[in-house]
Amino acid sequence: MTAGAEARRRGRAGAAGAAAAGGRARIALTVNGERHDLLVAGYKTLLEVLREDLGLTGTKHGCELGECGACAVQADDAPVLSCLLLALECDGARITTVEGLARGPELSALQAAFADKGAAQCGYCTPGILVTAQALLDRNPHPTRQEITEALSGNLCRCTGYLQIFEAVEEAAGTGGARGTSPRRARGGRRPRKGVST
Amino acid sequence: MNVVGKARRRVDARAKVTGQTRFADDVVLPRMLYAKLLRSPHPHARLREVDATAASAAPGVVLVLTGADFPVAYGIMPVSQDEYALARDRVRYVGEPVAAVVAASEKEAADALALVRVSYESLATIGSPEEALERAEPRIHDYGEGPNVHRLAHFAFGDVEPALASADRVFEDLFFYEGNTHLPLEQHAAVAALDADGRLTLWSSTQTPHYVHRELARALELPAHRIRVIATPNGGGFGGKSDPFNHEIVVARAALATGRPVKITLTREEVFYAHRGRHPVLMRLRTGVKADGSIVAMDLETLLDGGAYGSYGAASTLYTGQLQTVTYHVPRYRFRGCRTFTNKPPCGPKRGHGTPQPRFAQEVQLDKIAVALGRDPADLRLQQIVPANSLTANWLKVGSIGLAACIERVVEGSSWRARRGRLPEGRGLGLACSSYLCGAGLPIYWNEMPHSGVQLQLDRSGRVTAFCGATEIGQGSDDVLAAIVAEVLGLEASDVRLVTGDTDLTPVDLGSYSSRVTLMMGNAAIQAAERAKALLAAAAARKLGVPAERLGFAERRVFDVEQPATGMSFQEAVVAAEVEHGTLGTTGSYRPPRSAARYRGGGVGPSAAYSYTAAVVEVEVDPGTGWVRVPKVWVAHDIGRVINPVLARGQVEGGVYMGLGETLMEEQAFRRLPPRLSPALVHRTPSILEYKSPTSLEMPEVITYFVEEPDPSGPFGAKEVGQGPLLPIAPAVANAIFDAVGVRVDEVPLAPDRVLRALAEKAKGREPRVGPTAFPDVPWPEALVVPPPWEGGDGKAANEKATSRDVLPTAHSGTAGVKV
Repeated sequence: MTAGAEARRRGRAGAAGAAAAGGRARIALTVNGERHDLLVAGYKTLLEVLREDLGLTGTKHGCELGECGACAVQADDAPVLSCLLLALECDGARITTVEGLARGPELSALQAAFADKGAAQCGYCTPGILVTAQALLDRNPHPTRQEITEALSGNLCRCTGYLQIFEAVEEAAGTGGARGTSPRRARGGRRPRKGVST
Repeated sequence: MNVVGKARRRVDARAKVTGQTRFADDVVLPRMLYAKLLRSPHPHARLREVDATAASAAPGVVLVLTGADFPVAYGIMPVSQDEYALARDRVRYVGEPVAAVVAASEKEAADALALVRVSYESLATIGSPEEALERAEPRIHDYGEGPNVHRLAHFAFGDVEPALASADRVFEDLFFYEGNTHLPLEQHAAVAALDADGRLTLWSSTQTPHYVHRELARALELPAHRIRVIATPNGGGFGGKSDPFNHEIVVARAALATGRPVKITLTREEVFYAHRGRHPVLMRLRTGVKADGSIVAMDLETLLDGGAYGSYGAASTLYTGQLQTVTYHVPRYRFRGCRTFTNKPPCGPKRGHGTPQPRFAQEVQLDKIAVALGRDPADLRLQQIVPANSLTANWLKVGSIGLAACIERVVEGSSWRARRGRLPEGRGLGLACSSYLCGAGLPIYWNEMPHSGVQLQLDRSGRVTAFCGATEIGQGSDDVLAAIVAEVLGLEASDVRLVTGDTDLTPVDLGSYSSRVTLMMGNAAIQAAERAKALLAAAAARKLGVPAERLGFAERRVFDVEQPATGMSFQEAVVAAEVEHGTLGTTGSYRPPRSAARYRGGGVGPSAAYSYTAAVVEVEVDPGTGWVRVPKVWVAHDIGRVINPVLARGQVEGGVYMGLGETLMEEQAFRRLPPRLSPALVHRTPSILEYKSPTSLEMPEVITYFVEEPDPSGPFGAKEVGQGPLLPIAPAVANAIFDAVGVRVDEVPLAPDRVLRALAEKAKGREPRVGPTAFPDVPWPEALVVPPPWEGGDGKAANEKATSRDVLPTAHSGTAGVKV
């Protein structure tokens, strides 16, 4: 079962059990490791709750119809489109947003690679792509170029032409410059980058 | 050089990869209200009544605004101020705003829209330029150069007819380039608020805060100094956020009326209606050549579908002709352009503004000429490249030109000479070239002030802050500013603090359009930094006992270049300078050189420098489906000097990507609903899902080459890179399709159905071509006759008086920045 389906299954149960008052329901979300007990309006999407109720504006919207990928977050470790999920459906889910990728002030290997390789131009699609790519690396630490391309095919970027994004993912995976066939570096998975500060 | 030319993490990278970049919709203020716009479902209608009574009483609603609240017209060009923030008496396209609801939540505002009662009297529509030319009624605007003609232009740079008559061959072709839209991932958003002193602040995803500032002052009838516009980093612009927009004026008015912050964020569908994208253009191009393919004269006609409002159209019209002369030597040139009004969202500037369409025509026709004459298309181009430091027939001054080197790089990289014409059926190579401005030579409104200003502030902490009105839209303008200041002062780019795009705090920069930022802001930054350096050097020289001219600035030190151990830290130099000169600050400014083009209309086209691009595209055409796949692109760009290779490459690849999108699939197209249902003229695909754009799966391999032929006009020799590399893509793909399967698709997008139709024509033994077959009669005005430099001209028109234009009603005329 995908995490999205899992979240929806749990959400239905959660919503049913929640005390609905004035179209609102109580839910609990664990976002970037912090638990939030929330009273949310029934119509609100996960995207809206993250941005508006929790102030996590790093997650973006580009269409609110599940077409662009800008709103991607991880729900229980799998990428989901937060504009297509009602917050009620996510009751009890573990959510990771772009704000949850860095460790304190230190960028993750993927974030550092995006910064170094020019993978972020305007930066608007970047949070969704980072989260999606991180989910890929978490389940496949050394993806091929083709696997990266396919994993990101639901995330539109209008600035970069994608190539520097692919290279950044490869850099973070230690497979850069080899078109994903022979890792250039020792297989280290997510190696945090040292001394990253700008 | 220590910073310029070195691959670096851009200065705003950290904010972008952590999600900290604050885009307009991320601005959240206490007590904030939300606005939604009610948009017309009619493409053309009289507004009989807008009744806001019920909506005003709806839950959460604080304010309802209608056209009556916006009595003053505005528009980006002084010559076409034809828009109202909310429609007053007429709507002219589906999606035009007629009322605004401001409420405590976005949902309450959206819900109340349904309660605004609007009585429309539906009018007939104009759906195409052909209809606009045929029909005087319905008339969309009461100004223009004909009933539904917005602009007409006619220039004769020498007499083309005798030249064409004397040519060995004359080629005449018709081309069509469909409209398409920017599709920035960020939907437009704006927040307006009153500060503690009652002054208005607008945060907006705009590429042009200075122009928004001016138009807000105009539309709201407020002194400009009471208004502050902050351009938030744009989540993609591509030209689509260059106009002052109705939603910006609406939230500003709402904040003034309520005293509370008001936000608006457009939905994706609304962004398709805001548009201002690529004009659909029909073109007729006649070119006379000698037996070896050298051009003797060119005659171009363009017909633009402008949509419902002026926008940048007066300039767009001229851009469909003016840059045709800066790549290959054209001894005589005639250009006629016509922009019509239609009942569709207004067109405006998209990456390449007005030039990709005629560039497509010119480069495809050159390919046809090469084939007809049995010449290699690369050689045909190489033999007639405009010389460096020369004037063109239409009086544009070309400085550096690295086009030959660009062609040679892509020809070599793609093994063009070995592979073109020799690949298996279905695969092919195509080549095309292009050029673009490094900033428009004139501002949008006529004035003689700087186009870009930079202020530097330094203090005893060693801090250097650069202030500039330039606007970060993803292209890296902040990075360029930091890099240039750092280079001059011997710092790292990340040492320079930046304050940009804020009309209260920063000197004016005209905005992120026409690829002007690197050259203009860069030159202003160099001037400001050199002045700061002189202050520091004078003080450090005294302290070190070394002549100031012997001091070097590098690695955060100021030192004696003859004895590098003798020196001080940069911070110590700032302290010494603060002791000696007092509080430290310098300014720099830039204004492009005067143009040699002194005819009316000659304000569009001149630039301090021109960038050049050449591309070879490889295609695979599926004869069964007509599907065109692009596995690889080689692109060489004459950038003058690379400031940051990481960003420069990103601009090239992004340009190739966007070029491929509009070449192969993107269309901002409209259809009429069946008349028995509705008279509506509706957007075919107002959603990201249906408006097809390339995904990661469609992106080819791109091999990028930079030709660095420093231009004396550019900062450290730098020219533009944001727009030029898009331009050769469409014609290169079309030429590659011909190489692959022997058919000509003379209209963009080169979609599968068109390729299939062309293949069917070929199979039937008919002319293997798909494209337009007629160019309508246009009431061209008398030509403005401007003799080219080599025919004894002086840059002025020989008959200026004959074409003086007094057809614009006073209400719409202004001080024309673009002298047409």
